[in-house]
Amino acid sequence: MSQAVRFENVSRRFGEVRAADHVTLDIAPGEFFAMLGPSGSGKTTCLRLIAGFEQPDEGHIEIFGQRVDGVPPYKRDVNTVFQDYALFPHMTVGENVAYGLMIKGAGQAEREAKAKDALAMVKLPGYEVRRTSQLSGGQRQRVALARALVNGPKVLLLDEPLGALDLKLREQMQEELKTLQKDLGITFVFVTHDQGEALSMANRVAIFNEGRIVQVGSPEDVYERPQSRFVADFVGSSNVLPPAFAAAHGGVARWTSLRPERIGVGSVSEQVPDGFASADGTVTSINYQGPVTRLAVMVGEVRIMAEVPASATTARLGDGVRLVWPKPAMRAMDGDA
Amino acid sequence: MSAASTRPLGDGVLTRISDYFFANPKTFTLLLLIPPLLWIGIVYVGSLFALLLQSFYSLDDFSGLVVREFTLSTYAQLLEEANIQVILRTLTMAALVTIACAIIAFPIAYYAARYARGWTKALFYLAVMMPLWSSYLVKVYAWKLILAKEGILTWMASSLHLMWLLDGMLALPIIGGPSLSFSYIGTFLVFVYIWIPFMILPIQAALERVPAAYLEASADLGAEPRQTFWTVIFPLALPGIVAGSIFTFSLTLGDYIIPQIVGNSRLMIGQAVYTLQGTAGNIPLAAAFTVVPMLIMAVYLWVAKRMGAFDVL
Repeated sequence: MSQAVRFENVSRRFGEVRAADHVTLDIAPGEFFAMLGPSGSGKTTCLRLIAGFEQPDEGHIEIFGQRVDGVPPYKRDVNTVFQDYALFPHMTVGENVAYGLMIKGAGQAEREAKAKDALAMVKLPGYEVRRTSQLSGGQRQRVALARALVNGPKVLLLDEPLGALDLKLREQMQEELKTLQKDLGITFVFVTHDQGEALSMANRVAIFNEGRIVQVGSPEDVYERPQSRFVADFVGSSNVLPPAFAAAHGGVARWTSLRPERIGVGSVSEQVPDGFASADGTVTSINYQGPVTRLAVMVGEVRIMAEVPASATTARLGDGVRLVWPKPAMRAMDGDA
Repeated sequence: MSAASTRPLGDGVLTRISDYFFANPKTFTLLLLIPPLLWIGIVYVGSLFALLLQSFYSLDDFSGLVVREFTLSTYAQLLEEANIQVILRTLTMAALVTIACAIIAFPIAYYAARYARGWTKALFYLAVMMPLWSSYLVKVYAWKLILAKEGILTWMASSLHLMWLLDGMLALPIIGGPSLSFSYIGTFLVFVYIWIPFMILPIQAALERVPAAYLEASADLGAEPRQTFWTVIFPLALPGIVAGSIFTFSLTLGDYIIPQIVGNSRLMIGQAVYTLQGTAGNIPLAAAFTVVPMLIMAVYLWVAKRMGAFDVL
C-alpha cells in the first residue's frame, strides 16, 4: 500500500532561506504524525507543502501514491485546521462547517445534515446558527476541526492547533483529538513546537531543525534515544554531557544524553549502588515547579540539571550534593552535532 | 510619615484639574464632547431642520415672495414632469458613476491591500491622494480641455485612426453630443475621475482586514479562486464598497459644478438648486430639491443594511 504522504528530497527556499532543505519523509496511512521543532525550523513549511499553499523548488511530494506537483490546494483531498482557525466572520457556524460542501455543490438538506453531524462529533451540537464571534477559543477550534473533517479528507493537517488554548483546555483537546483520530482512522499530520504535545499525541514524531528532519521515530525513540545533541536538548531538555565527562562517569567518550528525571540527588556521603554512576557538585539553582523540583548542579565545569519529586530533596542553594543515576540512562549520541 | 507611598500631591491648579478628571473620567468625556455636539446640534442639524422647514413653504407667483405657511404645494411642484426628469437624470448619472467607480477601484484596492508593501504602498497612497490635493476647479477645467473638440482625446483618436469610434460614441442618442465636453459621456468621465479616490480608500481599508488565511482556508476547502472571490473576498469587501458608494453616489447627486462645466445644458439636481435659490429666488423649491438626495441616501442605506452589507462590521 502506498504511503499517505511521501516527501522525496523536497526543498523549498524563500530567497536565501532554506525553509525545507532536502526533506525525505514517509507518513503511513492512519498515522497520527507530529512535526516538532522550534519556530523557523521548517515544520510549518512542510505542512503547507502538503496542503498545496507552497510548491517545492526541488523534489516531489506524493499523497496516497499520487504526485501532487503543481496541484493547487483546492484540488487536493487534504484539509487543514489553521493556527488561528481562519473561520469566516461573515458566515454562521453552520455555514462555516458546510462551506466545503457548498463549494462542491451539495444540496441544502445534505449540507445541513452533514454540518449537524460534524458539529455533534466535535461536541458542539446545536451551534449551527451562532456567529463565530460569539464563540470561545476552544469552541472556534472545534468548529475549525468540524469544517475540515466534514469534507472527509484523506489527510488532516493541523497547524499548531492547540497553541492558542489555555493549559486545561489544551489537555482536554489533546485527548479528544487522539480519540477522534482513532475513531476516524484518518491520517493526521500536526505541527507543534510543544514537545509534550507531540510526545503525548503522536504515533510518530519528526523533529525539525533548520529546514531538515534530524530524527524520526516513535515518541519513546526520540525521547529515550536521541541521536543528536539538538534532539536531546529540544525534546525534554536533556543534559548533554561532553565526551570526556561521559567517559569519566560510567559512559563512553561520546556526546551523551542524560535525562534530568533519571538523576537522584543525595548527600555526598550516599552509597553508589552497583550499575550506577555518580558525580559530586554544588547546587547553583533550585526551581520549584509543583510536582517536581529542578536543581542545577555544577560538577566542575559541567552544569547538570536534575529533576526530583518535590518532596524528595532537602538540598539548598550552595549545598554540596551527590548526583546518582543508572548507567543505562546515559545515551551516547552520533557525531558531535 | 517617613516613607511616603505616593508622590506628594501638587497644589498647582493644573495638577488639581488633572486629578479631578482622573477620578471622574465621565465628566472629562462629556467636557470633550460638548463643543462638537454643539456644532453638530446647532450648525449642522439646525440648518438641516431650517432647510426642511423651508421646503414646506411656498413661493407666491405674483409677488415672488416666500409665503411662510405650511403647505405641500412645493412638493407637488417637485413632482411635475420637468423636475422629475431632473431627479431621474441625476439619479441615473450617480448610479452609473458609482458602479463604474466600484469596478475600476476594486482591482486597485485589492492590489494595494494584498500585494503592495513598503514603497509600492507609499506610491499607491500618493497616487490615490495626490489628485485630492489640487483644486477641484482646476481639475474639472483641465478635463474640459482634454475632452474638447480640439483637445488631446480627439487628437489621439484621429492619430490612431479611431475617429469613427469617437464619432460613433458622440452620435449616440442622449449620451452623445457635439463633443465629449458637451455630452453626458464627458460628465460621466469627469465624475468618475474626481470621485474615485473616495471609492478606492474604503475598499482598500476593508480588504486590508481580510487575512490571507481566509483565502487559504477557502482554497483548502475546495474553492477555486473565482469561488473564493464571490464567497469570501467580495462579501468581506462589501462594507467598504457600500461606504465608498455612499461617497460617490451622494457627491454626484449634489454636485453642480461638473455638469455646469462639462456636459450639456440639461440640469442636474445640484444645478437646479443653484438656479432656484439664486436668480429665481425660489428657496422653497430649492429646499425641496435638496431633500431628494437625502431621502434617496436614506433608502439606499436601509436597503444595504437589509441586504446584510454591514453584518461583518
